Amino acid sequence: MKAFTQLTGTAAALLEKGKPMSNIDTDMIIPKQFLKTTERTGLSKGLFYELKTLADGSPNPDFVLNKPEFAKAGILIAGENFGCGSSREHAPWALADQGISVIIAPSFADIFHNNCYKNGILPVRLPVDVCETLAKQAGGANHVFIVDLESQSVTAPDGEVYKFDVDPGRKSNLIQGLDEIGASLQAEADISDFEKTRKLATPWLEPAR
Amino acid sequence: MAGKTLYDKIWDAHVVHTDAASGESLLYIDLHLIHEVTTPQAFAGLKAAGRTVRRPDLTLATPDHNTPTENQAAGLAGVKDPEARNQLETLMRNVADAGIEIFPMGDIRNGIVHVIGPEQGRTQPGMTIVCGDSHTSTHGAFGALAHGIGTSEVEHVLATQTLRARKMQNMAIEVSGRLAPGVTAKDLALHIIAKIGTAGGTGCVMEYRGEAIRALTMEGRMTLCNLSIEGGARAGLVAPDETTFAYMKGRPSAPKGGAWDVAESYWRTLFTDEDAVFDHVVEIRGEDVEPTVTWGTSPEMGIPLSGIIPKPEDFADPVKAAACERALAYMGLEGGKPIAGTPVQRVFIGSCTNSRIEDLRAAAEVAKGGKVAEGVRAMVVPGSGLVRAQAEEEGLDAIFLEAGFEWREPGCSMCLGMNPDILAPGERCASTSNRNFEGRQGRGGRTHLMSPALAARAAIHGVIG
Repeated sequence: MKAFTQLTGTAAALLEKGKPMSNIDTDMIIPKQFLKTTERTGLSKGLFYELKTLADGSPNPDFVLNKPEFAKAGILIAGENFGCGSSREHAPWALADQGISVIIAPSFADIFHNNCYKNGILPVRLPVDVCETLAKQAGGANHVFIVDLESQSVTAPDGEVYKFDVDPGRKSNLIQGLDEIGASLQAEADISDFEKTRKLATPWLEPAR
Repeated sequence: MAGKTLYDKIWDAHVVHTDAASGESLLYIDLHLIHEVTTPQAFAGLKAAGRTVRRPDLTLATPDHNTPTENQAAGLAGVKDPEARNQLETLMRNVADAGIEIFPMGDIRNGIVHVIGPEQGRTQPGMTIVCGDSHTSTHGAFGALAHGIGTSEVEHVLATQTLRARKMQNMAIEVSGRLAPGVTAKDLALHIIAKIGTAGGTGCVMEYRGEAIRALTMEGRMTLCNLSIEGGARAGLVAPDETTFAYMKGRPSAPKGGAWDVAESYWRTLFTDEDAVFDHVVEIRGEDVEPTVTWGTSPEMGIPLSGIIPKPEDFADPVKAAACERALAYMGLEGGKPIAGTPVQRVFIGSCTNSRIEDLRAAAEVAKGGKVAEGVRAMVVPGSGLVRAQAEEEGLDAIFLEAGFEWREPGCSMCLGMNPDILAPGERCASTSNRNFEGRQGRGGRTHLMSPALAARAAIHGVIG
């Protein structure tokens, strides 16, 4: 998997009535018509498709990522329960394809949260009021944030530093860009032993064929 | 030492090893269900790394998300959308290469992945089951630990038959008493989600407990567990009991003869110990649950059928007020008005939530002798070829067709609209599916979630009610 260590860059905030928008679901992040691909790349075209386009398919000038000063933002700021709904990994693929590698929100849905780590995206949990403060500072070009995984900190454009929690195992895997499958296959002996025991303990789970 | 919850027991029985430093475990997976949308990149990843599928015999494939619900006899050649066809062909190729069993489109055993597992007896108590689909929680109805995973995890399971996992918390949903007549598992699920919110179960496995749960049929339990993810919990569980065993017995992949007896004695150990402690407990009185429908764009935006659509000012939390305002605008509804009487143009009866035989029977009972209201287009999409055949044997197809419903072939269909079954902008749909998100059933489409009986009523009356 792709590594993440540090990002220095601009942020875009997804707002509803001036506050970070809550319950952004994975259908909103990437709608169904973009799930027919057999590739992991090129999905930014579908990212936030219904928010970023008008009904006729033309760009919505009011959508944050369509504004030139936010088009290259590497950080997204949103509200509670980001990534709820479908397990589609196309959501983090589309975000990564857009160049977003950090999402800051008060909370994340479980499956999306997991999928982020598999794709070099760092989901940062910070309290609601901090997310609001950071969203206000997401002003485009000269408003640079620093997100550092090693020190578990976000430095806002005004110089304020916010610490965040992260699971130590996930942190080390993400910093290394660990090949998780390769690492798990190192446990081959354990897996084989488990299978032998399983065959004896729950023989009915072995298919007849 | 406190006793174990059902989740604790299944977890402990499947841990291959735990890395002390990271706290991450390798969890053995007993059944991996796969479909065409979330697997092509996983198979490509395996191939690129020179890896193979470790246990094709513990993997089962079914195409469902993209499949058209008409003319399936024409096979893949009949799939008009070239991208959908490519994805379906890719699945066929991948499973053939890996030696994985598949129920291809047109096979009577084909259908929605969460319908066919239980139907075939593949889903069994105490198992770990994963699938690249969030509604894998459905299988928890059998007392199996079942949840959705991403495509990277699909690749991991294909290669290792294990999942890297961290133990989740235990949440009990205690439903006392009985549901009133006419109140279904769908109403109960929407009631629970309205109470706890779509993030209420985040980080948890939900175990549904109590008298009202024991009284549910297996299909009701599947509907309930299916919607666990809409309450934020990756997995839902119901401890197996006589209802479970009676449902399973004789199914094609259920154990037979002496093997059944051995299995059953193990299954009977799968319950939460009396002295086990839950991290969270939610209590619900079965009698308090009314027929429930959603008015907004999140499954938590549910109210009783007799209820009033909320107004933004009803919410003290400004974020919730803003969400209400946005949802009302999207749904084209006015707060303060009753939800009953809202006109619909479309009706969808189907999805992994509500497309089983009992669901179709409930809808047919309402539809019998009636006519779909003018200006309404109503579709019934059975969950599998076998459900469809059973319904036809019972004459339900004739009831639906006579009433003016379309009688379709199995698949996920308009639940997510990956196939041609979608809403037009502004169309309002009474739907038995699981998500009412903006654009879920088609851009600008307006979805109201409800039970099969209520959806059938909406078809006949032309309004919710």
